[in-house]
Amino acid sequence: MIANTPVSALIGLFLMALYFLMAIFAPLIAPYGMAEVVGGVWEPASANHLLGTDNIGRDLLTRMIYGGRTTIFIATAATLVSFTTGSVLGFFAAVAGGWVDQVLSRFVDLIMSIPTLIFALVVLSVMPVTIPVLIVVMGLLDSTRVYRLARAVAVDIEVMDFVEAARLRGEKTRWIIFREILPNALSPLVAEMGLRFIFMVLFVSTLSFLGLGVQPPAADWGGIVKENKDGIVYGIGAALWPAVAIATLAISVNLVADWVLNRTTSLKGGRG
Amino acid sequence: MGPALRLVAQRLALGLLLLLMVSVVIFAGTMILPGDVAQSILGQSATPEALANLREELGVNDPALTRYFEWLFGVFRGDLGTALTNNQDILTSIVGRMQNTLFLAFWAALISVPLAIFLGLLAVRYRNRWPDKLISAVTLTSISIPEFLIGYVLMYFIGVQLGWAPTVATVYDGMSLGEKLHAIALPVAVLTLVVLAHMMRMTRAAILNVMQSAYVETAELKGLTMFKIIWRHAFPNSIAPIVNVVMLNLAYLVVGVVVIEVVFTYPGMGQYLVDHVAKRDIPVVQACGLIFAAVYIGLNMVADIVSILSNPRLRHPK
Amino acid sequence: MSDPLVKVRNLKIGATVYPPGERPRDIEIVHGVDFDLAPGKVLGLIGESGAGKSTIGLATMAYGRGGVTITGGEVWVNGRDILKSGLRDVRNLRGGEVTYVSQSAAASFNPAKKIMEQVIEASVEHGKYSRSQAEERARALFAKLGLPDPDNIGNRYPHQVSGGQLQRCMTALALCPEPDLVVFDEPTTALDVTTQIDVLMAIKDAIRDTGVAALYITHDLAVVAQVSDEIMVLKMGDMVEHGQTDQIINAPREDYTKALVSVRSIEHEEKKPTPDPVLRVQDITARYSGTKFDVLHNVSVDLHPGQTLAVVGESGSGKSTLARVITGLLPPRAGNIDFAGRSLSPDLAGRTREDLRELQMIYQMADVAMNPRQTVGTIIGRPLEFYFGIRGSEKRKRIIELLDEIELGKEFMDRYPAELSGGQKQRVCIARSLAAKPKMIICDEVTSALDPLVADGILKLLLDLQKIEDVAYLFITHDLATVRAISDSIAVMYQGKVVRYGTKSEVLSPPFDDYTDLLLSSVPEMRLGWLEEVVAHRKMESAGN
Repeated sequence: MIANTPVSALIGLFLMALYFLMAIFAPLIAPYGMAEVVGGVWEPASANHLLGTDNIGRDLLTRMIYGGRTTIFIATAATLVSFTTGSVLGFFAAVAGGWVDQVLSRFVDLIMSIPTLIFALVVLSVMPVTIPVLIVVMGLLDSTRVYRLARAVAVDIEVMDFVEAARLRGEKTRWIIFREILPNALSPLVAEMGLRFIFMVLFVSTLSFLGLGVQPPAADWGGIVKENKDGIVYGIGAALWPAVAIATLAISVNLVADWVLNRTTSLKGGRG
Repeated sequence: MGPALRLVAQRLALGLLLLLMVSVVIFAGTMILPGDVAQSILGQSATPEALANLREELGVNDPALTRYFEWLFGVFRGDLGTALTNNQDILTSIVGRMQNTLFLAFWAALISVPLAIFLGLLAVRYRNRWPDKLISAVTLTSISIPEFLIGYVLMYFIGVQLGWAPTVATVYDGMSLGEKLHAIALPVAVLTLVVLAHMMRMTRAAILNVMQSAYVETAELKGLTMFKIIWRHAFPNSIAPIVNVVMLNLAYLVVGVVVIEVVFTYPGMGQYLVDHVAKRDIPVVQACGLIFAAVYIGLNMVADIVSILSNPRLRHPK
Repeated sequence: MSDPLVKVRNLKIGATVYPPGERPRDIEIVHGVDFDLAPGKVLGLIGESGAGKSTIGLATMAYGRGGVTITGGEVWVNGRDILKSGLRDVRNLRGGEVTYVSQSAAASFNPAKKIMEQVIEASVEHGKYSRSQAEERARALFAKLGLPDPDNIGNRYPHQVSGGQLQRCMTALALCPEPDLVVFDEPTTALDVTTQIDVLMAIKDAIRDTGVAALYITHDLAVVAQVSDEIMVLKMGDMVEHGQTDQIINAPREDYTKALVSVRSIEHEEKKPTPDPVLRVQDITARYSGTKFDVLHNVSVDLHPGQTLAVVGESGSGKSTLARVITGLLPPRAGNIDFAGRSLSPDLAGRTREDLRELQMIYQMADVAMNPRQTVGTIIGRPLEFYFGIRGSEKRKRIIELLDEIELGKEFMDRYPAELSGGQKQRVCIARSLAAKPKMIICDEVTSALDPLVADGILKLLLDLQKIEDVAYLFITHDLATVRAISDSIAVMYQGKVVRYGTKSEVLSPPFDDYTDLLLSSVPEMRLGWLEEVVAHRKMESAGN
């Protein structure tokens, strides 16, 4: 199994696992307390503070680890919300067809005609900015994309003769969705899940950076940039560490998603 | 009326309808959410008098429908309302900022569009060879980092370490064009990088799609030179998909602008919007949201219209 | 004998394949082929899919499609080895000395440019003619190829003319620069049978009048026999037999060639109608929702138990729509259907499980008729489970019996559809419908996606199974040879109506109505001179014009 897996996918899997483990075991790994002031402002890297300290003297490595925990948690939860809502509605629209499909699809068109960030800003201007609200708002806004993909994939499979054959056999809708359509829709959806997760990481970081996401003193990668951005003009690079973290996480998820999409057989044939 | 014109007219009508529906969604999104808007604006510690005053000012006591139509007709008359925070007319505040935002987006587009098409062609020309692989590696990285972080990376290395460009993009009326361009060099660079990646990938895919078609093979089997194949056969059929790519990315640019303006404290619409979201100044948020959505819808509509007009089947019906 | 125009020696062609999830690897698809072609002669390249015939054809233009590369050998055209020629010389060859006619003219014309511009492009490009000379030549070719309004058709866009006409325009495109050789790559395969004959005749005349040499590539031996001087039979990238057309058709030496020549010679004795048909379709009129025209008008046919009714017609005749109506997928606007002595509900939802079980269906494209994520065992086993509640070892036993009936072994149980060949896939689909123990099976073009020999095997299997299982077939097809082979009665459909209906011997005996005559006469016959005879005796213009 491992021998056949391309190196890029292995690297991606390794880094992804590393980040998720770090997120889960943050309190055990982090050298200091999350909001603990342990030194001066923007101290350079040293043996005690591997990445130095932040704008009010907290250990930056600790902030990054806890920040990763928050960011990854929110992104994962929002992806789950987006995926469950989007794929269930998408499949339902494809199989039900008719006016159900029309109403759902036109509504999604409408939501998608407003840029996601702008829509989120509009909604967050009246909602209290808490983590559950963030998860729900991000998840629901993004579920429109999952809906479109799930529906398109399901419609493609729907018109295949094997689905018609199942209908002619007299199979119930449940069998058709779960036994005929879903197994064939899985690989594009799993690959899409990776992309949606990356998007969520970028999205929550952007919102936090704008001050409309995770609220201090809780740490998250976007917030760390906001806190330390004033150091940039003095040549202090503390605000750039999240860039490294986000980019490596996103690239590794991308590599894994690519692999998932490529290793599965296409519907049209090829040897399984 | 030919079928192409009819479709264009339909698409225009659809765009207007969509805009109207979007205004409903934006209005509903800020007004009819659970909980008391006035309370959430002023916070838990607000006095009852302050709450009552704000409710009066927001018109929360009127039915939602009445308020929506008052707002909508206001928008039609060019009256976007007044800001809650400083009681200034929103339209007056927006006009200058919108010019700044368009100025920034214009230069970013001017650089990124030709560059993206050129790089896209390059990637197709050297498909699966190192230029293609290098380009796709760089684009993969740049779409894996949020815009604002690319902003700070460039600010740190180019602005601070090298000192080539100002880290704060301040523009005001008296500046010459050259001074303005120098001031916005970094934000333009960031926006270019951000849309370049998407646009290039999509251009590459669009051109590859055309290059793999049977009529390009026919042209090859006629013994035409590469240049003539591309110019006579691939290009005319690539216009629609490329215009589509460009429009989609310009729409994307509009959103990227919001964040980049905050990074470089550039006095544009984006920063105005973000500031007022934090202050929960709802009339400003509604106005800005509507304008951003309108631009976005408009660009998507142009993309669709171009592809209708460039479809030979619709231009020359049977 | 003069020097050959084309001389191919030990031609080897390779391709890179990309199996999903594995490393790409190189395979050889043509293993050393030789042939000569004299000026003005026509060589037919014939073989089933995967024989490498198109690839060889394109090699005479030094061209490899997709990941295909010429890996060895020599291809001499006009006295030089083009595989060793420079880029500039190859460009002069392509479109100047050698031109190409593809299977799908619709895809091969640039949709954004007028036909004339594309037809004359190569002539002007290679400096053979000036623009106006080339246009004049093109108009003459349009006229010669029998295109309507030859003076103005060039001003149209490709989508503004019909498929058969566009195929002729492509032939004009290939002949316009006055090449020495034209490569015809299945030029009539995508056309309806009555249109094919006109295009074929036009191509044949054009070849004779211009004196050009040609490589004619096709899978249909009867077609190639009409146009070529010599035939080369290919199989899996190897040459099987090469000889004069007369010899190949009338005295084939190799077994494979013999099999190809004798294809479609299945004999089947017609059974007489019974008093109680299993299916009685009465006065069916139907249209698709959202459209304004009926696609079926008052269609009435009967199918007798254990017999085969062939519904034959060209594309757009409504034959597949009739199948959808009978299965309940498209409820008709009027008329009714009796099945096994009871009235069938017009829509699927109203039918009982027994109705569904007794009326099964087999599709044209076997690879999309099976769920790619289910094994053969699951696919065949599901109807057993669903209709009869058979499970466990009994189900396994029954699946093996069914696999045996379709001449596949029990090792196929755990395979996925992607691991089967085209013919094996269709056999599994047959087993799936037999598993339901039906009274009747609708076969919708079940052999038309298959190579002739494989198709023959499927037809024989269907006939054998009919004897064993006593099942009736409603056989939908555009191919009259298939109809002759297996039917007991025939319904000829044209523009949504049944124009001729009766037992096989009645329908196939004169006097004919005009359409049936056209259809019957259009089926290529495996003998020399057939094409000229037919064209001389036609009463009606083909439907595609």
